[in-house]
Amino acid sequence: MILRELSANSIKEKIIKREITAQEVVEDLFKWIGLKESLIKAYISLDKEGALLKAKEIDEKLNNGGRVGLLAGIPVAIKDNICTWGMKTTCASKILENFTPPYDAFVVKRIKEEDAIIIGKTNLDEFAMGSSNENSAFHVTRNPWNTDCIPGGSGGGSAAAVTADMAFMALGSDTGGSVRQPSSFCGNVGCKPTYGRVSRYGLVAFASSLDQIGSITKDVSDAALLLQVVSGHDCHDSTSANVEVPDYIAGINSVNNNLRIGVPKEFFGEGLNPEIESAVKNALGIYKKNGAELIDLSLPHCGYALATYYIIATAEASSNLARYDGVRYGHRSQLSEDNIIDMYSRVRAEGFGSEVKRRVLLGNYVLSAGFYDAYYIKASKVRNLIKSDFEDAFSKVDCIISPTCPSPAFKIGEKITDPLEMYLSDIYTIPANLVGIPGISIPCGFTTTGLPIGMQLMGKHFEEEKILRIAKLFENETDFHLKKPGLK
Amino acid sequence: MKYEVVIGLETHAELDTESKLFCGCSTKFGSEPNTQTCPVCLGLPGVLPVMNKKAFEYSLKAAVALYCEINQFTNFDRKSYYYPDLPKNYQTSQNYFNIGNNGYVDMVVAGKEKRISIHNVHLEEEAGKLIHPESSDANYSLVDFNRAGVPLLEIVTQPDMRSIEEVESYMQTLRNILLYIGVSDCKMQEGSLRFEASISLREQGSAIYGNRVEIKNLNSMKAVSKVLTYEISRQSELLDKGEDVLMETRLWDDVNSSSRRMRSKEESHDYRYFPEPDLVPFWIKQEWIDETMATIPELAVSKRQRFVKEYSLSDYDAGILTDDKLLADYFEECVGLSQDSPKELSNWIINDVLRELKERKLNVQHFVISPKMLTELVKIKPTIGSSIAKEVFVEMINTGKSAHAIVKEKDLVQIDDTSELNEIVIKVIGDNPKAAEDYGQGKKNALAFLIGQTMKITKGKANPKILTELFKQRLSSISQ
Amino acid sequence: MDIGIKQIEQVARLSRIKLTDEEKGFFREQLTDILSYVEKLNELDTDGVQPMAYATSLKNVFREDHQESSFPRQQILELSPSSANGFFKVPKVLE
Ligand SMILES: [Mg+2]
Ligand SMILES: [Zn+2]
Repeated sequence: MILRELSANSIKEKIIKREITAQEVVEDLFKWIGLKESLIKAYISLDKEGALLKAKEIDEKLNNGGRVGLLAGIPVAIKDNICTWGMKTTCASKILENFTPPYDAFVVKRIKEEDAIIIGKTNLDEFAMGSSNENSAFHVTRNPWNTDCIPGGSGGGSAAAVTADMAFMALGSDTGGSVRQPSSFCGNVGCKPTYGRVSRYGLVAFASSLDQIGSITKDVSDAALLLQVVSGHDCHDSTSANVEVPDYIAGINSVNNNLRIGVPKEFFGEGLNPEIESAVKNALGIYKKNGAELIDLSLPHCGYALATYYIIATAEASSNLARYDGVRYGHRSQLSEDNIIDMYSRVRAEGFGSEVKRRVLLGNYVLSAGFYDAYYIKASKVRNLIKSDFEDAFSKVDCIISPTCPSPAFKIGEKITDPLEMYLSDIYTIPANLVGIPGISIPCGFTTTGLPIGMQLMGKHFEEEKILRIAKLFENETDFHLKKPGLK
Repeated sequence: MKYEVVIGLETHAELDTESKLFCGCSTKFGSEPNTQTCPVCLGLPGVLPVMNKKAFEYSLKAAVALYCEINQFTNFDRKSYYYPDLPKNYQTSQNYFNIGNNGYVDMVVAGKEKRISIHNVHLEEEAGKLIHPESSDANYSLVDFNRAGVPLLEIVTQPDMRSIEEVESYMQTLRNILLYIGVSDCKMQEGSLRFEASISLREQGSAIYGNRVEIKNLNSMKAVSKVLTYEISRQSELLDKGEDVLMETRLWDDVNSSSRRMRSKEESHDYRYFPEPDLVPFWIKQEWIDETMATIPELAVSKRQRFVKEYSLSDYDAGILTDDKLLADYFEECVGLSQDSPKELSNWIINDVLRELKERKLNVQHFVISPKMLTELVKIKPTIGSSIAKEVFVEMINTGKSAHAIVKEKDLVQIDDTSELNEIVIKVIGDNPKAAEDYGQGKKNALAFLIGQTMKITKGKANPKILTELFKQRLSSISQ
Repeated sequence: MDIGIKQIEQVARLSRIKLTDEEKGFFREQLTDILSYVEKLNELDTDGVQPMAYATSLKNVFREDHQESSFPRQQILELSPSSANGFFKVPKVLE
């Protein structure tokens, strides 16, 4: 048995039963990280000292017969766009290279309260803008299944860390697929909950009406565990829903009766890699074998989701990123600062990478005088049409299944010069963000080149429990989630 | 040439809440720089706004008091522009669905009624404060964010004002309404109430507006009047010369009493408004509007009219009393305690109470003489006389004691007894034969001298009316 | 859909990002591509469709007007690249 390869639930059980101490788990994990991080580069910063301190605290609690939290002793990685008190939060941007927040994000507070051990902050595309991790200002994370490939983005660091057993679970953020897409590329379970299910307080905003914090885990049970902890109402986030959080942990093992699964034709069309198509069709067959009814359906406006997304996301991003001006925090230009406008323009020119600049420019363009109606309002209307598509669909089915991505992980550098081509890799994940519904990606096969394939399950608003349960059903029937990349 | 002046006004009023619009930081004025800030009002990464309920209610209250149509659906928009006092480099404001639209303010200018249309009323967040160092060669500015995020109400009129007098009247009336409904302290010296004017001139009778000039940075009503006077002459000079007035924003320089160009229309901002995704929309049901309506007190304009009718006060006096709601309340509380003397109570308040308040820089609610104490003084005045009553009034302020107590303590009851006074009169005449003689020879001020002497003896307690009568009788009988 | 260099310069000014000539060149191309792609939205008739600005059906979310303690000033100013006497310091701002 190799400790680091266990699921989060399993390692927690061992710690609670005192078969092993939390400190031993942390020591073991950091030894492994010491060996493999130079290859994978999943992290922007690590905090071994803090992790050991927390581990010691948990061990002492357990030794004294004290009560421990739901995540007792589990080493967790956090995407570096989620604020951690006293720990640098860089968003993989030069502009925040030295930013240490004096506060914890809501989710960070929650997992700390439940005795998780935070081991480090993972790499991402700068400000979560990207699909490959190549937009990080610091380094490119590699896919543990093939280190010539990207791990996906923007949460590639979190996904690679979990896959490479350098963390037992991770938190990410998903604006257009940044939890699900890298999970699919790395063979993890990635869950983006309903918009409003998990507080965004402390998540550095990219596109506020689309951003949602999610989990990247080794299996569905671990996803249920992490979601259980981070879900729920937060009075510091106006968009946080005051909806009761069901017992996900118990819920995933209940029986699925009369399951109706929707198969949208728009997600199986042109541009879909045939190996992915057959893997997902295979998976649908497994559901059918287990008594589910497969229902063909159409989401006619989904073909417009990407265009809609790039207007709304960049518009919101252009204003969310306006605050990085070098006045109150962050990078400030070293050049002479004779004029405030020059200072702003230089700080931002030096602090932002190309992708961020591109999106800020685009966002400001679509919002600028004379273009607002043609772009922003138009996109907002189409967004409503897409939402109606899903409402119609969910009146007939319990969940919608599709591939998570049209293609598997691609080579580093392969798409970097063509932004539009890169954006296409989020084509299946974006609709859930536009509509605000939950989506989960689970492993459902491998390509002939040995890269993981992900399958996406989407559910109605606040029906995370149901899609987790349906995902668990598949996981019980298969062992894709247990496969490990050969990193030894 | 004769020009018609066209003026519109934008008013910013800081709302009188405990905490800021989106965070719990204090709104207190005048604290050490940056001591009332937090990640939310500094726009640190990852933080989110949550709407202050009171600020929203106050805005609704103001919109209702200004007779606006209330938008059932209202939401907030981001207004983007870069300025170091604006932490997020966008201001959360309202643009597409304001809380209120199409309202009005009724006012009286030079005895004539005039209605100013309100284009919209909306809620937004205040910016911080920039401080420019005294020395002109300093190459930096300083920023204090204590004010950033204070709830700010913006009230925008239509270009309905046609003279400086109308503008002045509008500012007073609006300020008065905001104070009456209690949503802002309107302290101009603290910047709680600020104005921006837009002004254009056109030929008398023309239906087309001239090029508009906007003027910012107006921190007092006096500044508004001054800048408009300045602009009217500047613009009419240009027009007289056949030159165009430039469409631009100008900044008022109070020190030099002149305005200077800030930016032209072409350079004006492109604010890129779009809905603020971090706040959810607000639905205002009719019941909410009705409930708000019920909390709006009788406003100054109607109160003034009622005072004239109900208490037979002059319009001028009623105006002074109703200018401050607390003063009007004070007056009505007095009248409630002593229905038969509204005119006299009004005189006391306008002359004596206001003078003392001004001297002591006090608010009437913190004035030591309560309505009960004042009415008591007015009631016993006939027994002590006017001049002693004034002394008692001062003594009441100094000691906090009631009029009764002071009169009793100092034995100040007026001597009304004719026979008692007659004895004193005889004595005074006997002691001052020269004066009596003078009076007989037609020197009328000799009488005043004799009365003065009597007052000295009686410590001012002699009833002056009776005293005068007695002297006149006595002296005329002597001279005959 | 073709964006000119003038428009790139204009939007760069709005964005407060100083661009090199090379950047102006490729952002012009890329923005043109992306904007041409999003033109496809015009295939859809959206007359009478309500714009959807929020991904939540929540409304009327408030906090009570309670004062809470602010952050220690030192902690706030430490984050800043430049401060003096309790203030944040910026290049001279001319109005
Ligand atoms: Mg405004
Ligand atoms: Zn604050």
